[in-house]
Amino acid sequence: MAEAAQVADRPVSVFGHPVIDCDAHIVVPSIKTIMPYLDAYWRQQFLNRGIDKISWNLTSDPPNAPISGRPDWRPANGKPGTDLGLLRSGALDAFGVTNAIMTCVWGGAALHSEDMAAVVCTAVNDWVTKEWLDKEPRLRASIVVPLNNPELAAEEIERRAGDPRFVQVTMFVAGETPLGKRHNWPIFLAAEKYGMPVGVHAGSLYHHPMMTNGYGSYFLEDYVAQAFAFESATLSLVSEGVFAKFPNLKVVFQESGVTWLPACLWRFNKTWRGVRAEIPWVKKPPKDIVRDHIRLTTQPFDEPDGAGRLERFCEMMDSDRMLLFSTDFPHWHYEGTDALPLDPKSALARRVLFDNALETYPRLAAGNAGETRP
Amino acid sequence: MSKKRHVVAAVDEVPPGSRKHLNLAGREIALFNLGGEFFALGDKCPHESGSLCAGKIVGLAEADTPGHYRLSRDGEFVKCPWHGWEFDIRTGQSWCDPTRTRARAYETAVAAGETLVKGPYVADTYPVRVEENYIVIDV
Repeated sequence: MAEAAQVADRPVSVFGHPVIDCDAHIVVPSIKTIMPYLDAYWRQQFLNRGIDKISWNLTSDPPNAPISGRPDWRPANGKPGTDLGLLRSGALDAFGVTNAIMTCVWGGAALHSEDMAAVVCTAVNDWVTKEWLDKEPRLRASIVVPLNNPELAAEEIERRAGDPRFVQVTMFVAGETPLGKRHNWPIFLAAEKYGMPVGVHAGSLYHHPMMTNGYGSYFLEDYVAQAFAFESATLSLVSEGVFAKFPNLKVVFQESGVTWLPACLWRFNKTWRGVRAEIPWVKKPPKDIVRDHIRLTTQPFDEPDGAGRLERFCEMMDSDRMLLFSTDFPHWHYEGTDALPLDPKSALARRVLFDNALETYPRLAAGNAGETRP
Repeated sequence: MSKKRHVVAAVDEVPPGSRKHLNLAGREIALFNLGGEFFALGDKCPHESGSLCAGKIVGLAEADTPGHYRLSRDGEFVKCPWHGWEFDIRTGQSWCDPTRTRARAYETAVAAGETLVKGPYVADTYPVRVEENYIVIDV
């Protein structure tokens, strides 16, 4: 089998199995970085309007917060996540990964101006191609799309589809509307068409508070509340029928914390039994649908005291197919290479580190077969 | 314990679309008339024992795609009044969990009074007249 042949070529990682990192980060250093990728009109607009001098960091991802950059993963200058050399030494080489799927969580995707959002997303994807993918063959990328205009987002997916190094589409967990709403379906349609999962990353457009009845006061609240947003996203994706409409679509929750899911689904299943006639396209228990369609990256992994939490998660979900290893480079959740909440010698480790990623991202195989250019 | 045949109601007493609560040999039973056919279920939801006899009678809501709703088999399902679980009145099967969850179903039949007066049956306190038809349940 082709897959087996590829495996033979893989570097063996620090864990003794081949590894695919399903969530590591590229950060746009500044607007100036992407100016060369804009056309004449937008370049002039950015200069005349002073846009080149502002930062589009998301409130949910402040570069100076300790969690945003592990001390040894912070470059001497600039934001964590902007330095390819550090990514190579700190993550790709340190773990021995075969591929790292990079995600760019960036405010440009959240702009209210739909046209400006679309052009800056195109610019970032061009920049990622030239400055990251072309320079480092282990990297794969997620497509940054204008989240306030799903039609334009779908156009950007079409534009990247010919390059197999783009393997995923990035959305934020707390967008303009609940994630499963039909408004967002053009993105799901295009992603499914090209065999790309939608990577739903922690983060918000801040059109709504992270806590449902108002804005909190502190970063702490905002950070912890991301998990609630993932619960809402799970409810919305299943209830709105996204997986009934797009039966081949996979959604990858990135930086969700993971272990909130079984309890959420217990209540979802229970309540569904009583009111399922509201959503008759949901023909089996929500947990079964989630098991088929949703995947979760493993860092950060919310792990209350006790052993075997990851194994317990798989047991509660009746599945060893849902978890995807991530380093979450350059974010600070652990030290050294202590990123796997699991015994690397267990049979489950091989699935979490490698096999599950190959099953989730069909475009990885095409990219690794040498078809690296359109 | 061998089953006994119980005469539970005259046919005219449970018209189509209606239901009747019974207590037969200590068992609570919900009797339903679906368009002239009679079905009897244990009057005890397998979830938390709510009375199915007190539930709403509904049809089967279905959809293959979001937004495209259809209703079929109207009147053939009962929703437990406590948590809304749906049961197929014909079989007692739960719609949400058909393999593991079902309400006990009892055999029913319609018998002419003429045959019933010959026995053997348990009429309980039910008076049987030769000229009428009766619903009987084996419990």
